[in-house]
Amino acid sequence: MNQISAYPIISLRNVSKWYGNLHVLRDINLDVHEGEKIVVCGPSGSGKSTAVYAINGLEAYQQGEIFVGGVKVSEADGTAHDLRKHVGMVFQQFNLFPHLSILENCCIGPMKVKGIRREEAEARAMEELTRVRIADKARKYPETLSGGEQQRVAICRALCMSPRVMLFDEPTSALDPEMVGEVLDVMTGLSERGMTMIVVTHEMGFTRRIADRVVMMESGEIIEAVPPEQFFDRARCNPRVGAFLDQIMHA
Amino acid sequence: MTTEAYHALLPPKSPQQGVLVWIWKNLFNSLSNSLLTLIVLWIVYEVATGAIRWAIIDARVAPANFRECIDAGGACWAFIQAKWRLILFGTYPYDDQWRPALALILVVVLVVSSCFPASWATQERRRWLFGLWLVGLGVIGVLMAGGFGLSHVEVRFWSGLPLTVMLASVGMVSCVFVSILLALGRRSEMHVVRWVCVAYIEVIRGVPLISLLFMANIMLPLLLPAEVNIPNILRAQIAFIMFFAAYMAETIRGGLQAVPQGQYAAAKAMGMGYWQTMIFIILPQAMRITIPSMVNLFIAGFKDTSLVIVISMLDLLGTANAAKADPTWLGLFAEAYAFVAVIYLTVCASMSWYSRWIERRIAARQQH
Repeated sequence: MNQISAYPIISLRNVSKWYGNLHVLRDINLDVHEGEKIVVCGPSGSGKSTAVYAINGLEAYQQGEIFVGGVKVSEADGTAHDLRKHVGMVFQQFNLFPHLSILENCCIGPMKVKGIRREEAEARAMEELTRVRIADKARKYPETLSGGEQQRVAICRALCMSPRVMLFDEPTSALDPEMVGEVLDVMTGLSERGMTMIVVTHEMGFTRRIADRVVMMESGEIIEAVPPEQFFDRARCNPRVGAFLDQIMHA
Repeated sequence: MTTEAYHALLPPKSPQQGVLVWIWKNLFNSLSNSLLTLIVLWIVYEVATGAIRWAIIDARVAPANFRECIDAGGACWAFIQAKWRLILFGTYPYDDQWRPALALILVVVLVVSSCFPASWATQERRRWLFGLWLVGLGVIGVLMAGGFGLSHVEVRFWSGLPLTVMLASVGMVSCVFVSILLALGRRSEMHVVRWVCVAYIEVIRGVPLISLLFMANIMLPLLLPAEVNIPNILRAQIAFIMFFAAYMAETIRGGLQAVPQGQYAAAKAMGMGYWQTMIFIILPQAMRITIPSMVNLFIAGFKDTSLVIVISMLDLLGTANAAKADPTWLGLFAEAYAFVAVIYLTVCASMSWYSRWIERRIAARQQH
């Protein structure tokens, strides 16, 4: 396990969110420490993605508080905007910018948001792209890449902002099965370098390998938040976790 | 694999091939189709031979005079040779007409050099281009209005092609900016901004351009204090921008809606603010989607500049009308209209050709 610092870098306190009458997040409490890797899983519609989106302010919440690095995430105070510079996000659908080349995708954030000079931003981007073995495609456009390659670029793009935390929203769900491995490898590499990560995924092998804690959500609630050894131990785990694991294993 | 073996794998050759077979199968496959084909062929033949006879065989060029032209029965190109400067430059002082001519050439150089994507490729080139435009517009202004040793020419004498080109180009460039703001405003989360934009777009779209031009020309001076004197060319220009911006805003809104939500989320997640997201991520994608409909509007706008004739300004079509009023050539007008039609057609066809070229280029680049 990596070193885990004492104060939480992310902290959710009694967070609740409604879509109209639909209660999508119910009283969520979670502390994530620097260097910690959290895997969030649960059936679809359980609020996992919404919770992750709330952490970097892409989704508003109505009750409770979310702190990132000790600062409350609030759109009204403008803090959400500043915090997003330090929180990287990887989406299920990659969401690369189709009108920009791979290299430009990786440089636009650092250049426009952080004001880094082009040469510097490009050097950094090439470094990240080399690490995920896509440097040779830096001048190509996203549409010409496979899904797995696009997702690896999306991870690079987030990393080029030098974030303190990385959020992954089902990063392999939209991929063809043969491409899942290459993306998970990149994420495993990242976890080994000590990045703080919150990953929404159903990849249980990956979860076993990197997770410090597994959080299971159901109907907007966190019903379990335990280390993987305990999560996967059928003798000890919550029966609802057991039922969920049975479901995804047999899928 | 031998050639024979390879051919054996291909579908059998259709027994019906060749041009004659195609013609027979598609144009003469029934009695009514054969009849239609013959009628259409006859119409095409009549029109084509008629046009060629009028424009070339029976046509007369200078030094033929009016009488000789009429007797020949064809086009009187001598009329155009005598009047082309009036049609192109209108009431601009005759001896100074090299000035609008030079200004037109400058506009063409500026526009064409901006049309190459290579001119936009790097920051440095964009700066050069911007500088070129600033200097170019300054020079054009001096050429048209005078100064630096050139005699002063009042705005009301600007007419013909320079007026058309100016109304169209200044109008469309400003229109793009105004309409982007309107389209963004219409999608804004701020209620007041949204309602103002919706109201503007709906009101302007519900009014004919002609009435807007009349309003700008007649109503506006009545509404403004007497000492505020806006030249009528500027009032017409503003009316054009207001009118086409409303249409263009709806086109751009369509483009904005076609950009997936994930693009907004990705830009936002990166820490981009509203304007950064729009300028660097959303608008470039939205504008690419709208290229065909934008060019459609540009073409319509270029031709609709001819409506300024209703507020007694002489654009290219207006000067063509003026040319036919000369008693020496009384009764001739088709030649003048043919002459300006060729100019309009050249400009509009170039715009549509350019839009198709740029579309193909973008598609090719993003897919390789």
